[in-house]
Amino acid sequence: MASETKFVIQGLKASIEDKEILKGIDLEINGGEVHAIMGPNGTGKSTLASAIMGHPKYEVTEGKALLNGEDLLEMEVDERARAGLFLAMQYPSEIPGVTNADFLRSAINARRGEGNEVSLIKFIRQLEAKMKELEMNPEFAHRYLNEGFSGGEKKRNEILQMMMLEPKIVILDEIDSGLDIDALKIVAAGVNSMRSEDRGFLIITHYQRLLNYIKPDFVHVMMQGRIVKSGGPELAEKLEAEGYDWIKEELGIEDETVG
Amino acid sequence: MSTQTVLPIGRQYIEEAAGKKNEPSWMTEFRLQALELAGSTELPKLEKTRIDRWQLDAYGTYKSQAKLDSPEQLPAAAKQLLPEGAASGDNLIVQRNSGAVWAKLSGELAAQGVIFTDLETAVREHGDLVKPYFMSCVKPDENRLTALHAALWNGGVFLYVPKNVRIEAPLQALFLADDAEATFAPHVLIVAEANSSVAYVENYLSGDDLEMVSNGIVEVFAKPGAHVHVASVHNLGKRSTGLVYRRAIAEQDARVEWVIGELNSGNSVADIHSVLKGNGSSSDTKVISVGAGEQKMNLTTRANHFGRSTPSEMITRAVMKDEATAIINGITKIEKGATGANGEQTERVLMLSRRARGDANPILLIDEDDVKAGHAASVGQVNPEHLYYLMSRGIPKSEAHKLIVYGFLAPVISEVPLEHVRKQLQLLVERKLEQ
Repeated sequence: MASETKFVIQGLKASIEDKEILKGIDLEINGGEVHAIMGPNGTGKSTLASAIMGHPKYEVTEGKALLNGEDLLEMEVDERARAGLFLAMQYPSEIPGVTNADFLRSAINARRGEGNEVSLIKFIRQLEAKMKELEMNPEFAHRYLNEGFSGGEKKRNEILQMMMLEPKIVILDEIDSGLDIDALKIVAAGVNSMRSEDRGFLIITHYQRLLNYIKPDFVHVMMQGRIVKSGGPELAEKLEAEGYDWIKEELGIEDETVG
Repeated sequence: MSTQTVLPIGRQYIEEAAGKKNEPSWMTEFRLQALELAGSTELPKLEKTRIDRWQLDAYGTYKSQAKLDSPEQLPAAAKQLLPEGAASGDNLIVQRNSGAVWAKLSGELAAQGVIFTDLETAVREHGDLVKPYFMSCVKPDENRLTALHAALWNGGVFLYVPKNVRIEAPLQALFLADDAEATFAPHVLIVAEANSSVAYVENYLSGDDLEMVSNGIVEVFAKPGAHVHVASVHNLGKRSTGLVYRRAIAEQDARVEWVIGELNSGNSVADIHSVLKGNGSSSDTKVISVGAGEQKMNLTTRANHFGRSTPSEMITRAVMKDEATAIINGITKIEKGATGANGEQTERVLMLSRRARGDANPILLIDEDDVKAGHAASVGQVNPEHLYYLMSRGIPKSEAHKLIVYGFLAPVISEVPLEHVRKQLQLLVERKLEQ
């Protein structure tokens, strides 16, 4: 049965402080698919994630990001999230005074709408179950949002949120950075448990290691703010073995960064 | 020759009021002397706060109040402030405008020698206990406001806890002003004898249309080993001017805790001062404030270390919106000889509008080497990254903003030990923020 979820990025260009970073990204992600975006530092990978989510620092100058026909780029950040977009951030914010539990419940209720709020008991039960799956200390629920969390704990908190919010399109921005192998396996298990026909994943990663645990269907390489090569999982393996130089040679690129 | 100030009241006021109250002559004399002082003392010099331009005359006159038959007769807004289960009216004092209308102490506490009554009654019936302490902590000659208070204080509370008596449930006082023609100047005097322990909770309340000056003072004497907790939530209306001095003297190993909600809607000056006189004495001060509309606020917390090995902690968090201005000072003063002192203070201000103003001034005055002292002060706005993060999870902007603002005050509110005070603070904060 064909998936209901379709995410199409068309000609996306984005700048920060008048400097163009994304020079025209085209990508199609369907429900059930896992796409990986790899590339050296400074090639625009995180910018892609931030621009789609709507980070205030980035300005989208051209292009569309259509989720089931609706252009996310025309929406406010919160509307994009409620439309089904989720971004697991590279550097999640620490917000004092707002507990992890209260925050998640607000997010879930924002999605469900007024009058249809999730019951407290149901919410807590679900939260406890997911936290257990991710081997997170149950006390974290009552701690302030990400406050005092280690890098690894923050990343797991991002995955916890993803699991509780059940989005249609998930972007993981370097979810593996700062994680030791055990935490990595737990995070990967969490992500894999969310794979479904109705959900598409875009995994942004610097290292191939994560892709050993979350097997991608498609792999793309970004350089100079563009997707310069696409392939299947074997592309990731080749990059792991040979690095990025061969691509640069193939395409006549000297400096892979945005510049 | 000093300039003659036109005072809001005269000798006749004091003498007439004294007659109506059946006041002992020593107190009336005290008032008259203070009135003289008021004529020749200056208003307090508050940094960046032109208090001399404020409405400081609406003191009204003394009007005696009819006693209530039960707290049920209070207006709804006042009743809401009583903790649940307070139907009996036990351990409660209510002052309405110029005098007490209710004062009841449970038989159980009275049997232990506890005294909890309005100060006017205490002056008559327990003068020997009151006299040595009254205005010896906050003195009449400090400035014109304290002198005026000494001259026209009314109603009030006298709380006396004998040695070794530890009181579990908090004692409550309500100060309600709803008559613009009546003077409102409560004086609270708390004496906790050695190794006693008590919690006192008070609320000040007046409506937005009431133009009045509130001149209140709280004095706390914590004897060796005593533990006194004072929670004070002020919610006076937009046309009021709120002035309050709160001061405690802690003797050896005594501890004083202040939890203050400065939530007036009119101009206000509040000074909360802990004197760590005895060795091992300690103080903890928490202040929450929300400034809105065009109100001007001056908030000072002080810890003065005299004894050895004395820790003090002061935390103030204020949210400023609209065109409100607040000058927030934290003064930790460590005297010579106060070795082993540890004075910490934090002042944080969250600005919600460009026209609001919040100054956070931490001051450490240290005259001793073997001490620890620290301070942190910040004034900032809602972080757009935080807004983005919350919105990226589907939370609408206005709600995300709200979460962040409440979150700013939460770390202090959550540390308030008494649940009904916590709830009150949360409610009042919500109301002011949503105005």
